[in-house]
Amino acid sequence: MIGEPALRFVDEYRRPELIGPLVREIEQRSEGRTLKIMEVCGGHTHAIYKHGLEDLLPKSIDLVHGPGCPVCVIPMGRIDDAIALARQPGVIFTTFGDMMRVPGSKGSLLDAKAEGADVRFVYSPLDALKLARQNPDRQVVFFAIGFETTAPSTAATVLRARAEGLGNFSVFCNHVIIVPAIKAILDSPGMQLRGFIGPGHVSTIIGLRPFDFVPERYGLPMVVSGFEPTDILQSIVMILRQIDEQRPSVENQYARVVRNDGSAGGLAVLAETMELRPFFEWRGLGFISQSAMKLRPEFAEWDAEARFAVPGVRVTDPKACQCGEVLKGVIKPWECKVFGTACTPDRPIGTCMVSPEGACAAYFTYGRYSLMKRAGQEVPVSS
Amino acid sequence: MSVPGSSLPAQIERLDRARVARRLREPMREERITLSHGAGGKASHSLIEGLIVPTLGPAGAALDEDSAVVSLAGLPAARLAFTTDSYVVSPLFFPGGDIGSLAVHGTINDLATAGAQPLCLSLALILEEGLEVEVLRAVVRSIGEAAIAAGVTIATGDTKVVPRGKADRLFINTSGIGLVAEGLSLSPINVRVGDRVLLSGPIGDHGIAVMLAREALEIEADIRSDSAPLHRMVADVLAAAPSTRAFKDPTRGGVATTLNEIARHAGVAIAIDERRIPVRADVRAACEMLGLDPLHIANEGKLIAIVPAAEADAALQAMRAAAHGADAAIIGEVLEGPQDMVLLKTEAGGSRVLDMLVGDPLPRIC
Repeated sequence: MIGEPALRFVDEYRRPELIGPLVREIEQRSEGRTLKIMEVCGGHTHAIYKHGLEDLLPKSIDLVHGPGCPVCVIPMGRIDDAIALARQPGVIFTTFGDMMRVPGSKGSLLDAKAEGADVRFVYSPLDALKLARQNPDRQVVFFAIGFETTAPSTAATVLRARAEGLGNFSVFCNHVIIVPAIKAILDSPGMQLRGFIGPGHVSTIIGLRPFDFVPERYGLPMVVSGFEPTDILQSIVMILRQIDEQRPSVENQYARVVRNDGSAGGLAVLAETMELRPFFEWRGLGFISQSAMKLRPEFAEWDAEARFAVPGVRVTDPKACQCGEVLKGVIKPWECKVFGTACTPDRPIGTCMVSPEGACAAYFTYGRYSLMKRAGQEVPVSS
Repeated sequence: MSVPGSSLPAQIERLDRARVARRLREPMREERITLSHGAGGKASHSLIEGLIVPTLGPAGAALDEDSAVVSLAGLPAARLAFTTDSYVVSPLFFPGGDIGSLAVHGTINDLATAGAQPLCLSLALILEEGLEVEVLRAVVRSIGEAAIAAGVTIATGDTKVVPRGKADRLFINTSGIGLVAEGLSLSPINVRVGDRVLLSGPIGDHGIAVMLAREALEIEADIRSDSAPLHRMVADVLAAAPSTRAFKDPTRGGVATTLNEIARHAGVAIAIDERRIPVRADVRAACEMLGLDPLHIANEGKLIAIVPAAEADAALQAMRAAAHGADAAIIGEVLEGPQDMVLLKTEAGGSRVLDMLVGDPLPRIC
């Protein structure tokens, strides 16, 4: 780095001298057994690979990548619906960049764009709102995805659209909530998890209490974690201490950001604008009841599903794709039949291969080296 | 919970097969051009290797992506380097440069990385009906100034105007001719195990500067494009380290994509150390906020040199003494294996594979 002080809140959590002692404690506490620990959040999966953490961890720790990648859990039928919306005459369809390459049953949004649909990528729903103001003669639809982390910003944008009386803006709402997905995983047969690295960003909104069922009903540790290398390693240490001391509980490693009660403001805008859907399909996990949100009826004017006709057809996942098993942690990405051959990040079949937070893309991009090391193919790295 | 064939050696074999398959010419499977085909990453490779080269047939047998070096009858000693590049950056003006200076620097740099002394450029302008003349004047003035500063002339040119909506204001194509000194052979094929990897300065400035100028992200930062000609630095490095194996300028797809291209051409591994890679703090902060990796962001005035270990320090001193090279660093070295891969030793002390850019974080940056 050049000329300026270190990045605060970034560099201090990446220092190698802090990492050594954490790794040693993990080695000591996990020696002689194999412990499967799930990181729920795709942000953690990405960080684990980006920083090469699997390479630092002993073989006794088996990290299982969870369902918390918002791109990965969107089923194909919803992508088809999005493309149908994008093709409506007069529509400007706005989306986060990651969603552009996710395949529906007949191509992706990127393909629809090449065929003439007006698809634009934005960094926040407010960018989409700005487009609506600039294009009063067009209909601007925002493809809202994500967990409780991003839902409040969608909610706030809808409230602002109402306050401004913007009639040409609407939201295609695909917001999902994390707790039912964790429950589905805990109840799935063959579950071997011994603890959870809890979702840091989601918890800034919902706080810690919604996770109490994990220790209370299932007797497992849950440590809400930050996203830097020392955060993740310290969270693993905290999980191992809970296991050793037989006191499963919900702990907050990310206290510099997450408050135990979450964000009252974020929860309030969610409650004002959104309600639970009776059920929602998750890619690979199937239908999970009360696992997603839609706009309340009083906001129908800004609800793309109410304003436009969407096909709403359920599409079966491609046969070869095992995203569901990957999302549940039943198989590792490289155990999927099409991993790395028919399914690669530039030509994905399943959603897990699309987003950099997806377990398969993370494995494909970053994981090969650690696999080789584990097999004893030592590779020296520049000294 | 294991499935048949999931033992570690079996997994690695599958990954190896996938890797080898990727080295072969990628067929062009899409039915339409998408923006990914212009991003300089994997889709761009499939467009060139899967469509353009095979469809050109024998006429394109000697096609080289950056610069072609051709021997001419009657010119026995020196050889000619020839290259072309088109510029479609949006916006036309951005901190640190504009489409005009970029069109001069980019083509000069394609010649420079072939080891050529640039002589002259062609200039083709495609103008959209309605373009403000003052804008065109400013761009052409910038082209003239950049050419004079770099010591090249504009030898020939062409202008076309297309109806409104058929182009976005102004596109430029420049071709360039340069002379390659007798006996000089620069190519990734020359790269050997033990060679060092040099980088001439901080990365990501150009891509982030253009992105911030365009996207109104409300990130306040004084980040300027690094757009600059590199031929003088190349000459200085060659004088100090005559056995230099290859040069590359890490433009679209960034340092990560460029190093992957070198590793695949040479059939070697390249290992680099994240802590040695210069990145300005404000660029790093912008990348952290936007979820981008500086290693995948485009540069327009940075040089990568692969140099034998014995000459690495001399090359480094030459880079640092050259204009735009003060922050040059040795960032890694060439290893025997795993072949065709780039490995990154992370800040945290772990290591991982560093892959080419996939998809397009920022379209139309050059």
